[in-house]
Amino acid sequence: MIFNEKHELIRQLAREFAEKELGPIAEEIDQTGIFPMELYRKMGEIGFLGVFVPREYGGAGADHRSYAIIMEELAKVSGVSTIWMSSPNSLHSTSILRFGTEEQKEKYLKPMVSGEKVFNFSLTEPGAGSDAASIMSTAEADGDTYVINGRKTFITAAPVSDYAILYAKTNPEKGVKGISCFIFDMNLPGVSVGKPERKMGMIGCPTSDLVLDNVRVHKSAMIGKEGEGFINAMKSLSIGRLGVACQALGLSEAAMKEAVKYSKQRVQFGKPLSSFQHTRFTLAEMETKITAMKHLVNDAAYKMDQGLDTNKESSMAKLFNSEEAKWVVDKALQIHGGYGYTKDYPIERIYRDVRAASIYEGTSEVQRMVIASKILN
Amino acid sequence: MKILVCIKQVPETTNIKINPLDNTLMREGISAIINPDDKAGIELALRIKDKREDADVTVITMGPSEGIKALREAIAMGADDGILITDEVFSGGDTYATSLAISEFIKTLEYDLIITGRRAIDGETGQTGPEIAENLGIPQITHCTEFEIEGNKLIAKRQFDDRYHIIEAKMPCLISIIGEKINPRYMTVRGIFDSAKSNSSCEKKDKKKDRIRVLNYDYIKEKIEASKLGLKGSPTFVKEMVQGISGKNGDKLTGLTEEEAAEAIFQKIIERGFI
Amino acid sequence: MNKDIYVIIEQLDGIIKRVSLELIGEANRLSKKLGEKVIAVLLGNDIEDKAELLIKYGADEVLVIDDPMLEPYMTSPYTKAVSSIIEKRKPSIVLFPATSIGRDLAPRVAARIGTGLSADVTDFDIDKDDKSLLMMMPAFGGNIMATIVSKVKRPEMATVRAGVMLPLEKDMNRSGKIERFEIEFDDSDRDVLIREVVIEAEEKDDISNAEIIVAGGIGMGAAHHFDELKVLADELNGKLGATRPTVDAGWIDKSRQIGQTGKTVRPELFIGFGISGAIQLVSGMKKSKYVIAVNKDPKALIFDISDFGIVGDANKIIPLLIKKIQSYKASKIHK
Repeated sequence: MIFNEKHELIRQLAREFAEKELGPIAEEIDQTGIFPMELYRKMGEIGFLGVFVPREYGGAGADHRSYAIIMEELAKVSGVSTIWMSSPNSLHSTSILRFGTEEQKEKYLKPMVSGEKVFNFSLTEPGAGSDAASIMSTAEADGDTYVINGRKTFITAAPVSDYAILYAKTNPEKGVKGISCFIFDMNLPGVSVGKPERKMGMIGCPTSDLVLDNVRVHKSAMIGKEGEGFINAMKSLSIGRLGVACQALGLSEAAMKEAVKYSKQRVQFGKPLSSFQHTRFTLAEMETKITAMKHLVNDAAYKMDQGLDTNKESSMAKLFNSEEAKWVVDKALQIHGGYGYTKDYPIERIYRDVRAASIYEGTSEVQRMVIASKILN
Repeated sequence: MKILVCIKQVPETTNIKINPLDNTLMREGISAIINPDDKAGIELALRIKDKREDADVTVITMGPSEGIKALREAIAMGADDGILITDEVFSGGDTYATSLAISEFIKTLEYDLIITGRRAIDGETGQTGPEIAENLGIPQITHCTEFEIEGNKLIAKRQFDDRYHIIEAKMPCLISIIGEKINPRYMTVRGIFDSAKSNSSCEKKDKKKDRIRVLNYDYIKEKIEASKLGLKGSPTFVKEMVQGISGKNGDKLTGLTEEEAAEAIFQKIIERGFI
Repeated sequence: MNKDIYVIIEQLDGIIKRVSLELIGEANRLSKKLGEKVIAVLLGNDIEDKAELLIKYGADEVLVIDDPMLEPYMTSPYTKAVSSIIEKRKPSIVLFPATSIGRDLAPRVAARIGTGLSADVTDFDIDKDDKSLLMMMPAFGGNIMATIVSKVKRPEMATVRAGVMLPLEKDMNRSGKIERFEIEFDDSDRDVLIREVVIEAEEKDDISNAEIIVAGGIGMGAAHHFDELKVLADELNGKLGATRPTVDAGWIDKSRQIGQTGKTVRPELFIGFGISGAIQLVSGMKKSKYVIAVNKDPKALIFDISDFGIVGDANKIIPLLIKKIQSYKASKIHK
């Protein structure tokens, strides 16, 4: 059995939280672009922001299956809420947990998982998206300090975050082996953020540029050793991929629910849409794909809990789920006809939200590269 | 200070159908939840625990083994431990027989305060609490919306129709809770993982002892005869059940004339006794 | 041999509650089928003068327990009094009102004398074969109606829902025996202390605690349509509610607003006209027991959470519904 009784309760908890706290405001978040920070802290209190972070650092000490379940249930109600949830769980905590010093863990993990402080993960640059190794930002050693310069782009939560986890080249000649990871306060002199991007979907979590102009950090701000940054980033992204796969799954399930509801209600040619064979076949195919998505997520999460290398499984789940989710959500919108193209029905928001899944945290193309290299290795 | 909270597991929805073949309730596929008033009772007990280091909260439920899930949920909210009372001997009991059984188990425990919900959303009787209080010979305060503890006294706000009473009782006593305005806390992820020993072989064994005890009739058999319990011991029984008026997502009528529509609504209002 | 139907009378501040008269009325009807008497049990302090009224409304006899210990209501002395009467007089049936007091008292009495109790009965009948009392009660929010029978122990006891049974007409010519019943109370019967009694002055027309709510949404089309809706609410002894868009449109006062930014209501009956059923509204009324919805739009979300829905024009249906209720009430009075 992949799940046990605890996971049932985890699902119940996530569902209750999503329906009670997110359901009533999901549409408002999408309209105003504001995700209430009280809610973020509430997520922290319940344990959603540090699901598998060990208890000594304030985490819940649970497992990846629990993480996957919560992500899925939250995504069913509000896509953007899962960006808020996944970031500390994956990108932010992983690098510190795996490579950080005891002091760094103490200092950063507790406020991170309680929701008290917001972090960002600054890797992507204008010239370095999928090709993360080609970043241009530099961190030059100067006595006890490093001086960081560069420009990061599409940084989730940058305008509202307290700390940055940032990748820069300490030794530009060494390529990927010249990248190091730093953590520092966003209030340091020389740190500035750009205007939030006007995104298509996943609205409610500002994304912007992060500019570093002679930002001086102490040596102790480095996470891990010099030159370990790239491998650190890749490990962090691996859990992130599971999260995106869960988002795509949850959004697909939400779309399915809307499609079923609408197809039963909507009458054309004297019959509800659900009685037309075309609609029925479409729904059947949607359901089948959703079930396949679930299995991929469960498999990856379960193997992570066994401590296995899940690079391939995470990438497969992310690739399949994000691509198929686009198909599923598109079909759900098609069933809605013209109404689906209006903001009066949730399917419109789901359609915009789901489009991000095959782009961020490694595009589908990158996932294929990862999977292929695992196969051919 | 020892607080016992009595809870009942009930179907999640009141939209339940009767199986026409054997006249029993069709519960398949309907998940079970902690009765809302009872969950509010857990919350109020935990609020005492938040304030007092010496407070210890035990949650009790009677029913089939699925009740363990309700106990785990209570523990994941913050309760200390749980007791499941389960036995064929107790099944089919009305409130009288059920309260007798629960009272016998409670007599074996230490307690200062017993909390129950006002009533369950399935049977809707609200009788088991006061019956337990009577069996134990302790004061009761029903219909409480809030309470606090002063020394060995309990001060409660009791809502009685158009008025409320501020009422004081010496502990031990029993109170029943109106849960509507109480927002129970969520479980926590950590609490869920603490709520039970893992039953999955691949996980590390929890260091704590199992916090849920399962007790059956043997535990009280010296105290009370089986014939006084369950269906046998019940002075009342359900002779018949019929489907009431349909539940949510009920009938939707289209294409009526206005006159027919008004008549249909009028009939529903009469049927349900609203005039 | 147990006999006679005993009705536990509820009085509050010396005023007999209407539900008590309803119970006497129902007991009277049952007593005719069983050939037994209706005995009203009146408890309180300085209350004896109210006994006569109970006779006029259909009681054959009244037992009065008049004692300072019985005012205000406390569980323990009342339990002692009622249990003593049952033990001494051995009734066949005992009825309590399903009010806060009745629901507090009846189970305590049932446990003390060791008999069964049915809750919130809405209908009675007598079994044709064995003359046992059939007690009908709703369960699962009214989705199931259960018939409860008590065959083993006597008396048969029930709490009876208020507003369901009909009282008899007051008959000034009726007479009957009024008898005092004495109970020895002592200090140990006072196991709680009532520190304070606060009678809540209800906010005028507050919808929060309304049992019946008639609400209108933006589909009502215009402010003046709410006038008719108010008439309907009044006819049903209910309160008028509204959705946020109608309040925003200035059609109706904010105090009427139901929903997330308005009031939370949990009436027994909610009738919504022209309400689409947006989540903002639903979160404020989803605990309503029985929901009737009228909307022109067959796919309005309100239908998903309704027990009964009509696809139609609210403004045309409302006046017809008012007429039906009015003529029904008129026919009742003349009967």
